[in-house]
Amino acid sequence: MPVQAVLPMSGSDQGKGEDVLDAQDRARFEQLVLPHLDAAFNLARWLLRSRADSQDVAQEAMLRAYRFFRGFHGGDARAWLLQIVRNTCYTWLEKNRPVELMTEFDEELHPQPSTSPEALAIAGDNRERLTRALETLPPRFREVLVLRELEGCSYKEIASITAIPIGTVMSALARARQRLQRALTHASPQEASREL
Amino acid sequence: MSCDFTRTVLHGYLDGELDATGAAEFERHLESCRECATALGAEESLRSSLQRSGLYENAPMALRKKIRAGLDAATASSRGIRIPAWRLIAVAAAVLIVAGVSWFSWPGPAKDGASTAPFTVAEIIDAHVRSLQPGHLTDVASTDQHSVKPWFNGKLAFVPPVKDFADEGFPLVGGRLDVLGGQNVAALVYSRRKHIINVFVLPTRETDTPIHPPGLRQGYQWRHWRRQGMEYCAISDVSDSDLYELAQLMYQ
Repeated sequence: MPVQAVLPMSGSDQGKGEDVLDAQDRARFEQLVLPHLDAAFNLARWLLRSRADSQDVAQEAMLRAYRFFRGFHGGDARAWLLQIVRNTCYTWLEKNRPVELMTEFDEELHPQPSTSPEALAIAGDNRERLTRALETLPPRFREVLVLRELEGCSYKEIASITAIPIGTVMSALARARQRLQRALTHASPQEASREL
Repeated sequence: MSCDFTRTVLHGYLDGELDATGAAEFERHLESCRECATALGAEESLRSSLQRSGLYENAPMALRKKIRAGLDAATASSRGIRIPAWRLIAVAAAVLIVAGVSWFSWPGPAKDGASTAPFTVAEIIDAHVRSLQPGHLTDVASTDQHSVKPWFNGKLAFVPPVKDFADEGFPLVGGRLDVLGGQNVAALVYSRRKHIINVFVLPTRETDTPIHPPGLRQGYQWRHWRRQGMEYCAISDVSDSDLYELAQLMYQ
């Protein structure tokens, strides 16, 4: 798969392909991109829901980023790297767990009674429950939440990482948050009985 | 759920992505819409759960090592190419020449003194990001400049100027000690519509400068200036116009 095609931030290097990198590239890469390894790993971990697989995929993505580093012409290095990580994760999912990608993203927002902040606070206080709730969401909901709430990305960054148009980032987050609330509060009785 | 705002604008507001007009409009709407007020409370509670829960997973040490090894393998000079002796000598000579030249030019300060801050942008961003982690923002939390300023007494070898700009829309949140470029600095914390602005202050011997043009990286903006023996760097995710406004207030 041609990586440049999925890297809109590296517009002017079309068709250039892989470069042989020297010590200077290496130093620049270490300064600009490598510091975002935690971000890369965290995104992979939440997209793949497995620490072991995320190590492999984050490593592959980081080395891929390095091979195409001359195509990075400055700007937001974290977003550039996370874009590559995300693409690598999806390629991995298509190959290893195709069923997970079959959920439609553009699902309608269902009207539901708003959950009280108190009920949510109680459900959200449990790390295990929160992890499970987040992991039950389809990957496309999960990723916007992880990028926004854990990684602190702006809408602009989320748009460039996930290839969602910037105008729809807000509604994607709205849907994702609603799904998470539902997963958290609906799972509660069942979880509670399982925990007994 | 009947109010359309709960599905759209509320999230932009929560994320600090609305412009000033949009945010003000939504705040007016909030006063009369119970549904939005409840929904906002729920979203805020969910957000704080997500951020407090420690769900962020850092890369394991083993992965770092593997990646370094992978980078070594993909870098030309470390592929074990034999370098002829004459090239090594040429390199050594070049190093000596460069060292000699820098020796002679070393004592002179940078000509414009503009971009020679004693810390790097990465350090500023790191310090800002670190401050946003729970419990790291302030050592002394107070909106009262008369309690923040004395707090720094005896903790630093200089007295940072502390002023509250609540009337101008930048309320003082508190102060903190931080370390930049290996030296202790004062961090003054201001807020702007739910966003946090850190202003790092440290003494300098350089001459005054105007407020430099903005820098931008990773979604953070900063403004840097020197004034009356102090070096300032303000950083935040607010818009540059907001940041510049605060910089101007502090510059007076």
